[in-house]
Amino acid sequence: MGITRRLFGGTALAAMLLAGGAAQAQDSVRIALVVKALGIGFFEAAAKGAEEAAAELGSVEVIYTGPTDTTAEGQIEVINALIAQNVDAIAVSANDTDALVPALKKAMQRGITVISWDSGVAPEGRQMHLNPSSNPLIGNMIIKLAADNLPEGGEVAVLSATTTSTNQNIWIEEMNKVMGDYTGIEVVGTVYGDDLADKSYREAQGLMQTYPDLDAIIAPTSVGIVAAARAVEDAGKVGQVNVTGLGLPSEMAGAIESGASKSFAIWNPIDLGYSATYLAYELATGDAEAAPGAEIPMGRMGTLTLDDNNEGAMADPFVYDESNIDEFKSIF
Amino acid sequence: MRTFLKSREAILSAAILALLALIASRFPAFVEPGNLARVFTDTSPLILLALGQTVVILTRCIDLSVAANLALTGMVCAMLNAAYPGVPVAAILILALAMGAVMGMINGIMVWTLNIPPIVVTLGTMTIYRGLIFVLSGGAWVNAHEMSAAFTGFPRADILGLPVLAWIAILVTGLFFIGIARTPLGRAFYAVGGNPHAAVYTGIDVGRTQFMAFTISGMLAGLTGYLWVARYSVAYVDIAGGFELEVVAACVIGGISIAGGAGTILGTLLGALFLGIVKNALPVVDISPFWQLAISGTAIIVAVAFNSRSARSKGRIILKRAEGHA
Repeated sequence: MGITRRLFGGTALAAMLLAGGAAQAQDSVRIALVVKALGIGFFEAAAKGAEEAAAELGSVEVIYTGPTDTTAEGQIEVINALIAQNVDAIAVSANDTDALVPALKKAMQRGITVISWDSGVAPEGRQMHLNPSSNPLIGNMIIKLAADNLPEGGEVAVLSATTTSTNQNIWIEEMNKVMGDYTGIEVVGTVYGDDLADKSYREAQGLMQTYPDLDAIIAPTSVGIVAAARAVEDAGKVGQVNVTGLGLPSEMAGAIESGASKSFAIWNPIDLGYSATYLAYELATGDAEAAPGAEIPMGRMGTLTLDDNNEGAMADPFVYDESNIDEFKSIF
Repeated sequence: MRTFLKSREAILSAAILALLALIASRFPAFVEPGNLARVFTDTSPLILLALGQTVVILTRCIDLSVAANLALTGMVCAMLNAAYPGVPVAAILILALAMGAVMGMINGIMVWTLNIPPIVVTLGTMTIYRGLIFVLSGGAWVNAHEMSAAFTGFPRADILGLPVLAWIAILVTGLFFIGIARTPLGRAFYAVGGNPHAAVYTGIDVGRTQFMAFTISGMLAGLTGYLWVARYSVAYVDIAGGFELEVVAACVIGGISIAGGAGTILGTLLGALFLGIVKNALPVVDISPFWQLAISGTAIIVAVAFNSRSARSKGRIILKRAEGHA
């Protein structure tokens, strides 16, 4: 008897919730933020940004969801559930470029706005993609980080991942294109740490020996930047050699504390979640359309310009230093 | 025979000196004492693991799980330190030794009691240990700012101008020199690898000896796990990825016969130092990264070629020495 009542009570409650949800759907835009997996600091921070955008836009309900582990299968299940709930928009950071396409196509056929952010899906599976940043912006940022601390110019060297790592090579190439803007800065060499802590450490040590006047090491890779910072600390060159590049605040907090790194950059997940939500809202309400060349507003982050692939870059990578590292090191 | 072995180590020493001279001609600062000490410190983890691997290979086995053992122990130590920063380094050292030893024992027991080929056993446990790191850490890193100063400071603490890490390598090498030459177990390693059947007749338990070799190898891997994580101040799933091959390479270059029973501790030490110098010098002398792997590989092939020459007369050492002792 007790069980029956509890079951019945539960069903009634669920029905009420559903009814409430349906009623709310009439006047608010429901945007689902689908992440790679729940419980990851980076995505929790993105959800925070999404809530911020929702509060700003008003009448927006954010559904933060995702699988429990980073699999495409899990995301497909989540997407199917969202289609069943008939949300207005899905903004997804994909675990697989192609695997999600059929499910997302189905969503679009039902009139749901679909965009991808952070990690994209193939063009046929979404209306547009929001890149956290662009290759030229990243290339410019890594050299700028080094140059900002070297007003009188100096020698910098690059510690990359592997020789065949596509994104690293593109960033370094973009960096070399804008070298002319930073007078007095000379790139003396590029070495490869293969994304291994011990090899990166050795390569950083080698750089400091080969170039005794080295002023900065730029490592656009998270393993490399941490290892280089350690090598600089162990060589007693904190203050002489500045380590910078791309890394995560939680991993780099120690290096900022010791002074081996003055600043480094990576995209800000809060801004990313904020922008994705804003863009999804604009598309879902029909205020904007995803087409090559379109300029879509995204609140405090400015506007996003789409390229021929319906992709756009949010902003410069976000710079982390002493002033904000404590705030972010616990987030991601 | 003894003179031949001696000359083998002599050849390796000469090769190391020639290598240093070659590097010095392009980059004189490399051979400054301070830098050589740095290179030795950097090679210490390799020396520690290669010594353990040596006794395993001497008994005709191979331990491919050392790098995974190192990584798992390192991750556990780092996670323990992050959760309880107050735990003293001595306790962490004991934990690292014990954990590593247990993982080595698991290998040893399977080889001993179940008679599974060592390469299969350790290939399996390698995957299991790597998998366990994922299970434990959930793929997350343990970062520098989460580790205590005592934890990361221990391997780099300075004693008489050398860091503790280097002193540990020196100490363990010393223990091995004595242990191999002066203890029954040390001689048993050679006997088991040289001629297992003869070893049985002299009253040596082959399986038990192999078990001991795996335990020693595991224990050193565990110890190195803590030192590694503390030194680089970061623990992640792929720590020391592929390091097991480097360890085996150091043994092979040092003249440890893969067929068991032949080779010396001095050889292993020199082999590890040779690899360490090559690895540390390549970034300094500005050689294209595309060439670096090829150069390391060539060094190994040349060493193996030397080994196959010396392998012809292997096994006789044991009998000769056994005769002498009898």
